[in-house]
Amino acid sequence: MIPLYRALLRLYPASFRLEYGDEMTEVFAQACADASLPGRIGLVLRAFGDETFNAAAVHWAILIQDLRYTARTLNRARGFALTAILVTALGVGANTAAFSVADFVLLRPLPFPDPDSLAMLCEGPRTGGGGTWGCMNELSPANYRDLKTMSASFQAMGAYWGGAINLVGGGEPRRLGITSVTPEVLPLLGVAPVLGRVFGPADDDRNSIVISYGLWQSQFGGDPDVLGRKVNLDGAAYTIIGVMPATFYFPERTSQIWNELTLKPQDFEDRTNTYIHAVARLGPGVAFEHARAELESLAARMSRDYPETNAETGVSFFRMRDNMSPRFRVMLIALGGATLCLLLLTCANLANLLLARATARERELAVRAALGAGKERLVRQLITESVILTVLGGVTGVALAAVSVPLFSSLVPPTLPLATQPSLDLRVLALAVAFTALTGLGFGLLPSLRAGRRTEFDALRDTTRAGGGRKQRVRAILVTVEVAMSVILLITSGLLIRSVWHVQAIDPGFVPQHVLTLTTALPRPKYDDAVRRNQFYERVVAEVRGLPGVQSAAFTTGLPMVITGLITGVEVPGQEVRPRRSAGASHRWVTPDYFKTMGIPLRRGRDVENSDTAQRQWVAVVSASFAERYWPGQDPIGKTFRHLDHTRTVVGVVGDVKVRGLERTSEPQMYLPALQAPEGLPGGFDPKDLVIRHSGQGDALVSAVRQIVHAVDKEQPISNVRTMEEVLATDTATRRAQLQVLGVLAAVAVLLSGVGIYGLLAYTVSQRSLEIGVRLALGAEPARVGRMIVADGLRLALFGIVPGVFCAYAAARGMTALLFGIAPGDPATFAAAVGLALLMALAGSFLPARRAVRVSPMSVLRAE
Amino acid sequence: MTDGQDDVDALLPLPAAAFHILLALIAGDCHGYGIIQDVEARTGGALRLSPGTLYRTIQRLLEQGLIEEPRRPTRAKADPRRRYYRLTPFGSAVARAETRRLTELVRLARHVWRVAPESS
Repeated sequence: MIPLYRALLRLYPASFRLEYGDEMTEVFAQACADASLPGRIGLVLRAFGDETFNAAAVHWAILIQDLRYTARTLNRARGFALTAILVTALGVGANTAAFSVADFVLLRPLPFPDPDSLAMLCEGPRTGGGGTWGCMNELSPANYRDLKTMSASFQAMGAYWGGAINLVGGGEPRRLGITSVTPEVLPLLGVAPVLGRVFGPADDDRNSIVISYGLWQSQFGGDPDVLGRKVNLDGAAYTIIGVMPATFYFPERTSQIWNELTLKPQDFEDRTNTYIHAVARLGPGVAFEHARAELESLAARMSRDYPETNAETGVSFFRMRDNMSPRFRVMLIALGGATLCLLLLTCANLANLLLARATARERELAVRAALGAGKERLVRQLITESVILTVLGGVTGVALAAVSVPLFSSLVPPTLPLATQPSLDLRVLALAVAFTALTGLGFGLLPSLRAGRRTEFDALRDTTRAGGGRKQRVRAILVTVEVAMSVILLITSGLLIRSVWHVQAIDPGFVPQHVLTLTTALPRPKYDDAVRRNQFYERVVAEVRGLPGVQSAAFTTGLPMVITGLITGVEVPGQEVRPRRSAGASHRWVTPDYFKTMGIPLRRGRDVENSDTAQRQWVAVVSASFAERYWPGQDPIGKTFRHLDHTRTVVGVVGDVKVRGLERTSEPQMYLPALQAPEGLPGGFDPKDLVIRHSGQGDALVSAVRQIVHAVDKEQPISNVRTMEEVLATDTATRRAQLQVLGVLAAVAVLLSGVGIYGLLAYTVSQRSLEIGVRLALGAEPARVGRMIVADGLRLALFGIVPGVFCAYAAARGMTALLFGIAPGDPATFAAAVGLALLMALAGSFLPARRAVRVSPMSVLRAE
Repeated sequence: MTDGQDDVDALLPLPAAAFHILLALIAGDCHGYGIIQDVEARTGGALRLSPGTLYRTIQRLLEQGLIEEPRRPTRAKADPRRRYYRLTPFGSAVARAETRRLTELVRLARHVWRVAPESS
């Protein structure tokens, strides 16, 4: 019974057990001896309850005591406490935020049931190599139909295509993203609507729509009776039959309405008219690679069967999860690497801080040990202190993460069916807590173990003479790690900065300043008549041009960098037909003055004019590269080509525009008069973007332009109001966002490692002040002493810079996809980063060096 | 340890276990088991302190300076292997103050009962 009681006593803190354990056992033994047998059993049972309760009470009392003590000591060392909390917060915050985003995009399953069996397919190169991601083109309905009927790997396959539509009625007309889906699509995704139903194969749903939760809330106020309501989309009436849940996005987050995609027999005629996407769910037990192999053999068969259209056409097949540009993946991995660097750095910094503090407190701890404080109590107290520090840091860090996650939202690829903003979820928070606890315990234990060991009177005997030694080396290594990490971050963000500079230095081909743009997409069938459309354009342009400060205005089918497609084939008489897919040209229908408004230089010939009507000769203005491709070295004016079954004569040549964005190669361009559009061309080709060149403030114009548009057609919505500079900025937005994130991390890293160098040197100087005092007393030049300290700092920095440079080169090689116009080993960037690191080391060692120079030999010696 | 009135008041009311331990020590120095037996006897077996409660309370009373561990206990037949505890003057003041507080409380309660109507 006694051993049982002794075991029970283990619940108490060791200090209490040492003090009273024997007494308590004795008392218990005596009580047992005095009691009868059933009484003894009662005593044991009671002891279980009593000792558990009392042990907890003793622990609690100690905790309160330690917390009070910690609050006092930290209040006394406020600088240390604040630095430690801030450093922890930075490490935890940056990592939580980065992990939230990376987890959201790369790891977390898409919000569909069994998302791994969802795949997308589109046209890829015939040569295979349909890597992990990327469509060369969309699918043509005929190719989609054949793939769907011939393949056996899928339990379901559906097609969709996206666009935008004008919603009229219920307030301001709005332009919304709409996706036309075949009846298979929504059921195969596996998400049930929150209200109503989705399209079924048996129903006639040509005039039905399913709406997003967001639209239900914003446009219909979350009305539970929304089913059956009629809405006007581009002039036609549609009935709402269902509402999707809030977390449902497909295919992208911009899509707010789904209607039924019905393919008519004539849609299957042209295998080169590619405009639909396909989404499929793998059959049960079918491996992804198996399905890919099947599709590739089907594509091979189709290119044999339809050589004139499919000779170059293969299939690109990838998981829905991977539907993002590889650049996003690389960026998120780079971000993860960067925050890991920062975490390492902050850990090193924190360890250094705690080590320095432990060394400074060695005497205090030794005194307390000498006065009878048990080793266990001292260790426990130190752990409490560092846990308090890291908990405070962790809480601040999580708050920091919550604030900074929105900054990362531009790193979420727009092509994934996800919300823009990752939220901090419980798992991420748990991870942050784990980080915090590990850092706190790890670095709280390190110094406290040593403190625990020093129970003898060494520390009391220690004087300032005993600097250096092993712990100094540990601290020096930690500082070296910090420098290495900051060099990596400096170099990689330096490379990204130079990439952005290179991209921004590219001439877009137009002058974006002082150009306002907005979209007025004319709904069909209301505007089926080309003349009616042109009346709209002419009236709007004429009145806008009359506004004060406006120099010119024009309409175009699509702004460069916004609409990057519209690629068609061109036939030139007497020349071999080039394949549309690899040698197409981008085309736009424009109204007069488009080039003048956009600042695109007219090189030869003339602009499109209002007299270029359907009844006159059909003409085109082409870009310089277009002329160079088809008529190298010749005068292109007066030459003809065939486009969409019409022969056009070249009447002008303009400069090339970066239609696909600054970083990509763009197809040669042609511009066609708005009035010379072939009969039956879909509405998507109509000019819809109004561009206005003005001399003043664009904002002032917007309301005037709105009034003009409403006066011409009061049901016409206006959307996408922005300046051309904003359009251009959007093209580099992802790059700049990436840069901001990495740049901030690098700046923090430099600051922290500077602080690290400063801390170590300042400590060294204070430890060596006696030695320095003696040197000075013996006639050493103060300047030389100062140089010695600075040299120490630079040596520390160099030890970090050398491995840092190698790691940075390896990291840069890994992120080549993010670099533009710059080699991963760019010497200038490396030199600049190393220079900055050295500068930081100099700055860090300046104050300690100055203190060393000012050491007064007399006062130091007197203090001894 | 000072024993000003404020210091005394700050410790009131005493937990029951602490008060009983102080009462047990008024008669003279005593060891742990002795205290348990004394308390049990005085309360007629109603309160039997467990070793955990006893020593946890003793630790706090020592910290607060209400009791101390004498080098040599005053009892004639002291067992040298045991640890004895002694009431300090401050502890005595606190125990007295607690007694006054409880007396006052009981007096108040009696008064309430006396003036209460029969029906209650």
